[in-house]
Parts: sequence; C-alpha cells; structure tokens
Amino acid sequence: MSTQHTFDMAKVESIIAQRKEMPGALLPILHDIQNAVGYIPPNAVPVIADGLNLSRAEVHGVITYYHFFRQHPAGQHVVQICRAEACQARGCEDLASHAKELLGCDFHGTTDDGKFSLETVYCLGQCASGPAVQIDDDLYARVSKEKFNRLIQAKRGVQ
Amino acid sequence: MTVTIFVPRDSTALALGANETAAAIAKEAKARGIDIKLVRNGSRGMFWLEPLVEVATDAGRIGFGPIEEHEVAGLFDAGFHTGKIDEKAHAKSLGLVEEIPYLKKQERLQFARVGITDPVSLEDYLAHEGYAGLKKALTMEAAAIVQQVTESGLRGRGGAAFPTGIKWKTVLGAQADQKYIACNADEGDSGTFSDRMVMEDDPFMLIEGMTIAGIAVGATRGYIYVRSEYPHSIAALNEAIGKANAAGYLGENILGSGHTFHLEVRKAAGAYVCGEETAMLESIEGKRGIVRAKPPLPALEGLFGKPTVINNVISLSAVPLILARGADFYKNYGMGRSRGTLPMQLAGNLKYGGLVEKAFGVTLRELLYDFGGGSESGRPIRAVQVGGPLGAYMPESLFDTPFDYEAFAAVNSTVGHGGLVAFDDTVDMAKQARYAMHFCKAESCGKCTPCRIGSTRGVEVMDKIITNQNRPQQIKLLRDLCDVMVTGSLCAMGSMTPFPVLSALNHFPEDFGDQPMANAA
Repeated sequence: MSTQHTFDMAKVESIIAQRKEMPGALLPILHDIQNAVGYIPPNAVPVIADGLNLSRAEVHGVITYYHFFRQHPAGQHVVQICRAEACQARGCEDLASHAKELLGCDFHGTTDDGKFSLETVYCLGQCASGPAVQIDDDLYARVSKEKFNRLIQAKRGVQ
Repeated sequence: MTVTIFVPRDSTALALGANETAAAIAKEAKARGIDIKLVRNGSRGMFWLEPLVEVATDAGRIGFGPIEEHEVAGLFDAGFHTGKIDEKAHAKSLGLVEEIPYLKKQERLQFARVGITDPVSLEDYLAHEGYAGLKKALTMEAAAIVQQVTESGLRGRGGAAFPTGIKWKTVLGAQADQKYIACNADEGDSGTFSDRMVMEDDPFMLIEGMTIAGIAVGATRGYIYVRSEYPHSIAALNEAIGKANAAGYLGENILGSGHTFHLEVRKAAGAYVCGEETAMLESIEGKRGIVRAKPPLPALEGLFGKPTVINNVISLSAVPLILARGADFYKNYGMGRSRGTLPMQLAGNLKYGGLVEKAFGVTLRELLYDFGGGSESGRPIRAVQVGGPLGAYMPESLFDTPFDYEAFAAVNSTVGHGGLVAFDDTVDMAKQARYAMHFCKAESCGKCTPCRIGSTRGVEVMDKIITNQNRPQQIKLLRDLCDVMVTGSLCAMGSMTPFPVLSALNHFPEDFGDQPMANAA
C-alpha cells in the first residue's frame, strides 16, 4: 500500500476552523475528520495541534488512545464482529473463526484486495440477539455462519 | 379509514430487518390501495419477536412477529390490517400486545412509553405524560426538587448505586459561575442495552430528566456522552434535542420560566474505561480518557474544573417520573434500600431475551426462567454474569438472590447496570476468567499499576492454569494478584476485574481443577 496520504487538507482546515472554539473540541474535530477522510492522516496532526494550541504529542496521544480512530485507511467495507460476553454466550467465537477463514484475514487486518477490514468490537448493544455484526453502518443480529456468508457475498457483488 | 401500523425503529429491530419489513408494508399497502399510517415506534423489548408489527384496533394494539420482509404479503392476505383478524388467522399472530405475559408481568414505570410512542415525536411524548415532571419542577424551589429526588430513594443506576439526591445536593451547594450536568451514556458493558433503548426509543425522557437536574442544581449546560457504537442513539437524541429547543423545552427561558439549559451530545471513541466518570470528563474535555484521582469530587471540581452532576442515562431518566408522580410513588416500589424499579436486560443464551422492568426484589431465577424461558440452546444454564464485564459469575445455587444492591453485595456480586448474561453448560469458566483479565488489559487506561500490569500478569497466570502448568501455585498467585488489584486500583476497572475472575474460580473450581485436563495428553 502506498504511504502517500492524499486527502483534501482544505477540508481538514475548515473542520478545525469550524470547531476550534467549542469547549473540548479535539474529539469532535477528530470525528469529523475521520468522517470526511476515512481516517486521521498523519500530516493532519500538526495542523490540528496548531489550530487548538496543543502539542503534536497531545494530539497523537489522543488519536492513539481511542480504539475508534484510525491512522490508516480501512478496507472498502469494515466488518465488525462483537466478541463480548453476551455474544460469546451465543457462539460469536465460532463466527469469528469462520469470518477469518472466509475473508482470509485476521482481526485488525484488511484483505489483500482491500475490500474488507475485519475488526473486533466490544458490544454493539444487541446482547439479547447475538452474535451481532456491523458492516459499515448497518447492524445485523442473530448472525449465523450462513447469514454472514450471504452478507459478505452481497458486499462482494456491489462495488 | 386509515389503518395505523407500527414497525419499530429500535436498532435491534433494524438489525433483524425492520426497515425492510416497513418498506414492504408501505409498498404492499399502496399496491392494494389500502390507506395506512406507518409509525416507526420504539421496541417493546421482546427481541425474539422483532421485527414486531403492530396494528391499532378498537380493542388495542395487536401484534404479529417476527415478521420478515417476505412475510408481509401473507399478512395482508390474512387481513391483518382490518383490525378484526381472528387470532388463528395468521401463524404469527400474537393477539393484544399488552396482554403478552412477558409485558403484562412487568412494572413499566420508566419504560411506560417505550415501544408505544414514536420516539422523536414531541406530540406523542406530551400525550403520554411527557414534560409533566419538568412543569412540576418549574413550580418548585431548587432545594425542593433535590429533596424529592433524595426522598425517592433513587440510587445511581450506572452501577455504583450512590444516592442521586445526595450528589445533586453537593452540586447545588457548590458556588461557581458555571455548573454542568454530564450524562454518562457510555454503555459499554456487554449484556446491557437499557440506556440504548432510552436514547433510541424515548429520548425526550432523558432530555427532560437532564433539564430538571440543571434547574435543580443551577447548571445551564449539559452534555450526553454517547458511545460511538451507538449511532442510532446519537441520531435520535440530536433529533429530539432539536425539537425540544424549537418548542421551548430547552435553551434560553425554558417555557417562559427564565431558566436556561443547553444540551449537547458528545460522541465517544471506543474506550471502555471512559464509562468511568472521571475518565469520561477527561474525554469530553478532549483528552485521553485517563481516570482522575479523587478527591476532588466531580460534584465540586468536575467538567472543565466546575461542579458537575454525573449520572447515568437510567438515573436521569427516572427523574421526570419522580417529579410528576412524587417521591412516594417511586419509593413504594422495591425492597430494602433499593427503591423503585430497575430496567433489567436479559441477554446471552436465553430463549426470550429482552428488557424487563421490575421493582427491586425480583429474583435472578424469576428473570432467567419465568421471563427468559431458560436457555435458547435448551441446555441447563450454568452461570450468569450480572452487571457487565466487571460483574461476578453466579452459579445456580445463587439464582434465588433477589435483585437488591445489598443482597447482591452479600454474595460478593453486584447489580451493576442490571444486565444479565446467561451461559449454558458448554461454558468454560477458566476461559471466561482469562477473558476478564484480557479485557482489562485491553481497556485499562494505564494510569495505575495494579490495573495496567496486573491484568497483563493475570492473562499470563490464566494461560498457565489453562495449560496445566503448576496449577496449585498459579491459583495461589492469581488470588494474590486479585487481592492487589481490588485494594490497589484507582477505579472500578482494575478493582472489579477480580469479580468475574474470583467468582469463576470460587463457584466453578472444577474448571480450574488441579487434575490434568482430559484432553491434555
């Protein structure tokens, strides 16, 4: 994968300008940037630090502290499988192994074709109806292996 | 005549295909020339029936479920929309929804509207006792509002069970140019979803509760810190806040009273420990969610260094009811020092998982069997984890424990946020103990050593126990380590991780046996 980070810096700057006056602006800014760009590009860090009068270390510290923020682009589709207790009680570990095999990548990894990133999530709040899976913005409950295959197939089908 | 049909918008219903079902109903009605009003209500909390389709009739709402997209045409064929349908006319007919025993046996005080109304309709909210609490509060002195909350016996529903009124009194008495209300909606515990249901299915209730809290303690600004894993909650809250602002229930001069309360949603970023109140404050301030040492109490020096009320979603959304009906009404439910009701969440391997609101005093066994219907797998229930990842695993011999903060503490367990996760007899409790340590290792904020290093050592010790390397010595070491974590950690993350670990060890020693495992050879 290219290490070149190409994104719209003007967009990042406008997000910072819009948010910088709000109390505790850093998280909302990071959310907006990740929303717009898909991740937090490393060369956005000094710009954010400058805008909020923080050190780069402080901004970097926040980005790396929270699981939600990405420092690299994700695959085209992000597949999150809940592996917390309630889903464990409903067989999510079997589903997790199946997903690794089906996609051919490990958790926190991306498939070679860049199509899917596989992630663990600790609780999607669907605890009575696990195993729960989220693909991009869509939630799915009671996901059997067959249902998982269908969902992945549907994403493979559309570009 | 227009027929009103309800299809939930709760995220569990969506995860089971409610949007597709709703779209199919709209399409089918149009094709058949039937005039319908489609309402996207909240969920009744009977998740095995989702998507649950309801039809308004003269006798009440009748239900059909679960209804998938491809079953919609069959519903119309059976005449479900006529309101006169015979219960036997459709295989998935449930009759009057209110009469379903799972719902009928509950004491839905706080969840009275949930599943019935359109969550983001202010008109619906007002028509169902909404804002009665705020209107009452506006006629009262601040101290009298706090007094009502104190007298109701309400204790923090997030898990710590600290009396809400006492906390409010401290903030009311603090002198400052700015005070805050911070709602902890970082519901990261597995097996819990009652906060999510309030936010998605009755967001105005939380907004009203926070507004009353603001007026009571003199705070003009509030934040709701919501997990990033709950996008539907964030969307519903923002929509409801917008409507409340537009209608004068939030913002400047609320309902002409001269009171001001501004409310804002803040999106978390996937750190479990931010459910700890001081880590949450750090996060709202835009920093790493590192736990603060106490004192100072957040009630005196909280958000941005100002006096702050921090309450959980369920605590704050109990307040409108307490104000509207009075402290005595609420206090008359419950047992011992646990007053009122608790929305309990039945999760994991249960046949009928869902939301059950009952007064304190209901036993674990009643919830697991009378409501939950036993395990979904049909195998015996072996262990139940109550109160999230930091809660104890309870064996069958403790199933008669009543839900009561003190009764649970007496058996080294916690009520926590009222979530229970059932496991059948295929569970390996040594693995669950290892998972608890692993989770703590992954989510520790790193500030204090017992939690940061203890959890890492805990995973290593558990690995040795599981692979049968000098078990008796490792078990002794594990107990020692848990002792250090309980007594030496800065917050509940480290000090409560030993709860699931030790309860697994104490109640299920056979899974940690000093005999070589059968398959070890």
